[in-house]
Amino acid sequence: MRVLEARGIVRTYGQVVALDGCDFDVEAGEVTALIGDNGAGKSTLTKVLSGTERAEEGTVRFLGEEVHFNSPAQARARGIETVYQDLALCPHLDAVKNLFLGREVKAGGVLGLMGFMNRKEMRQRSAEAFQDLGAAVRTLTEPVGNMSGGQRQSIAVARAAAWANKIIFLDEPTAALGVVQTENVLDLIKRVRDKGIGVVFISHSMPEVLSVADSIQVMRRGRRVATYRATDSSIEELVGAMTGKFDEGAA
Amino acid sequence: MSTETHVNRASDLFDTEKVPLLRRLSRIQAAQIVLVLVGLLIFFSIMSPDAFFTVFTFRSIIMNTAIFAVLGVGATLVIITAGIDLSVGAVLVFSSVIAAKVMENLGAEGWATAFVGTLVAIACGAAWGFINGFLVGRAKVPAFIVTLGTLGMALGLSQVLTGGIDVSGVPEVLVDTVGFGNAFSEVPTIVVVSAIVVIIGSIVLHRTKFGMYTYAVGSNPEACRRVGIKVDRQLMFVYMIAGACAGIGGILSLALYQQTTIGGQSMTALTVIAGVVIGGTSLFGGVGSIFGTVIGLLIPAVLQTGFVIIGVESYWQGVVIGIFLIGAVYVDGARRTKAQRGSGRKTKHLQVGGVHVGASPEREN
Ligand SMILES: Nc1ncnc2c1ncn2[C@@H]1O[C@H](COP(=O)(O)OP(=O)(O)OP(=O)(O)O)[C@@H](O)[C@H]1O
Ligand SMILES: [Mg+2]
Repeated sequence: MRVLEARGIVRTYGQVVALDGCDFDVEAGEVTALIGDNGAGKSTLTKVLSGTERAEEGTVRFLGEEVHFNSPAQARARGIETVYQDLALCPHLDAVKNLFLGREVKAGGVLGLMGFMNRKEMRQRSAEAFQDLGAAVRTLTEPVGNMSGGQRQSIAVARAAAWANKIIFLDEPTAALGVVQTENVLDLIKRVRDKGIGVVFISHSMPEVLSVADSIQVMRRGRRVATYRATDSSIEELVGAMTGKFDEGAA
Repeated sequence: MSTETHVNRASDLFDTEKVPLLRRLSRIQAAQIVLVLVGLLIFFSIMSPDAFFTVFTFRSIIMNTAIFAVLGVGATLVIITAGIDLSVGAVLVFSSVIAAKVMENLGAEGWATAFVGTLVAIACGAAWGFINGFLVGRAKVPAFIVTLGTLGMALGLSQVLTGGIDVSGVPEVLVDTVGFGNAFSEVPTIVVVSAIVVIIGSIVLHRTKFGMYTYAVGSNPEACRRVGIKVDRQLMFVYMIAGACAGIGGILSLALYQQTTIGGQSMTALTVIAGVVIGGTSLFGGVGSIFGTVIGLLIPAVLQTGFVIIGVESYWQGVVIGIFLIGAVYVDGARRTKAQRGSGRKTKHLQVGGVHVGASPEREN
């Protein structure tokens, strides 16, 4: 089932045309890899589809219905979660608070009405979410700004995975990760997919892409230039599509 | 961070839950500043045991700190959001002027009048806070400029309304109970009022969603926006609280001095900000505590009293506080640099330079 369908998305930054009539599709229960060279427009597309940036032109259909997300909150309300390339964590807050920021668990009764939080439950549920991801996060009480880049990335991934129920965008979620954590994230991606969620996975690592993706969509200069099934594509083919070698060969 | 090992047992996963309280405390700048305060108290007590180590001295130290501490609650919140509020002294004056005039018109007698005056003062303070918060949060004018502007406006209007002559419409009951009275034994009522504000402020800051958002907005406003937090609304509330605290300060100062203090608050905001910063709250936002602020405010009070008692000219207090202030910011900055070096990738937020002190935390969009 198609959860998201974007057509003809245009987004410019002054002179730079970041997205130049870009199409994109996400299927439920599939990992869709989004690949392309630096500056191809992958992050911009992610931001447009998750409500952080506005498109100037183009349509987005979510579960068949045309949508216009004006804020990330609107996308989140529909079950679309995003791990941004810049992670979007609060460095001074601990992992639990980052995980629940904007979605706190209220304390019971009057205290809850007064704005108190159920910190115990939040801590427990965070511990479970991080455990799901393996042992990269070793403390729930330290500000995440004190953690390594990989640990922070794990927190951002765990946060998105914990809340997504329709689509999860992962913008280079493994870029700072070690071997074990990368495996953990790839495992998590598969588990999230098996729940029926559409996973969009951005990465520059072709072996990772081929090992986890079901479909692969290639971007170049703000457009989608090719779509492959992961089973019948190769690294050479993907690299060729990203760099545009094939077009010239064909021309 | 220590070396990462990959253990799978949940019990080994999260280790710092068990870090002893003392060790956790020692990492907080506020805890270090407590040592400084204790050191000063010991020093002056040894230098002059008869005169310094007395109930009278301690009573006057905490009385001198009481009003500043109330203002410090608001200032701490504001600075945690990476903002600044220079207007609190002027807002205090404005609130007390309006409250005194209202109470004067009501006959300047009795508790009912005092109660109305209190509400008026708090409302005036909150109103100025709203103006500050609106301009900082919504209109995105740097906090430094906004509050410098409202400082001038609040003080100017106070002078216009009074012709520059202090108003004294303070009910006697207010002066006798809150201004000079003790709540119990030798503990002044004004200190109890101040302590209540401090405790409520600390609970709100450390235990509620509102408090968490305050830290979050100071830490990374863009991340807050992405998770659906209304950053401008949060800032508006924070500045309103700071204003309301100045209003409470206004009524307390009426009780203490029996009249307004139009000419006497020009250094108030700076004193409070110095206390907040000495207490370990970072001007870069995201870090801080009200407890630290109280300690940071007690230090100047102790110095002032102590210097007088041991016969050092009290002018030296300003010099010493200046050194403390710069030292505190230096320590904060050094810790920040160390944290950055220690953690792989820098986040965009941490690169906000010292020049942005007081600028509204988010200029994009
Ligand atoms: N906020 C911005 N202001 C100006 N230009 C921008 C902005 N964001 C993106 N761009 C430009 O849009 C283009 C696409 O950027 P984008 O970040 O989407 O690429 P990307 O495919 O994610 O690259 P990478 O693999 O390096 O992350 C680039 O040319 C970039 O310079
Ligand atoms: Mg990118």
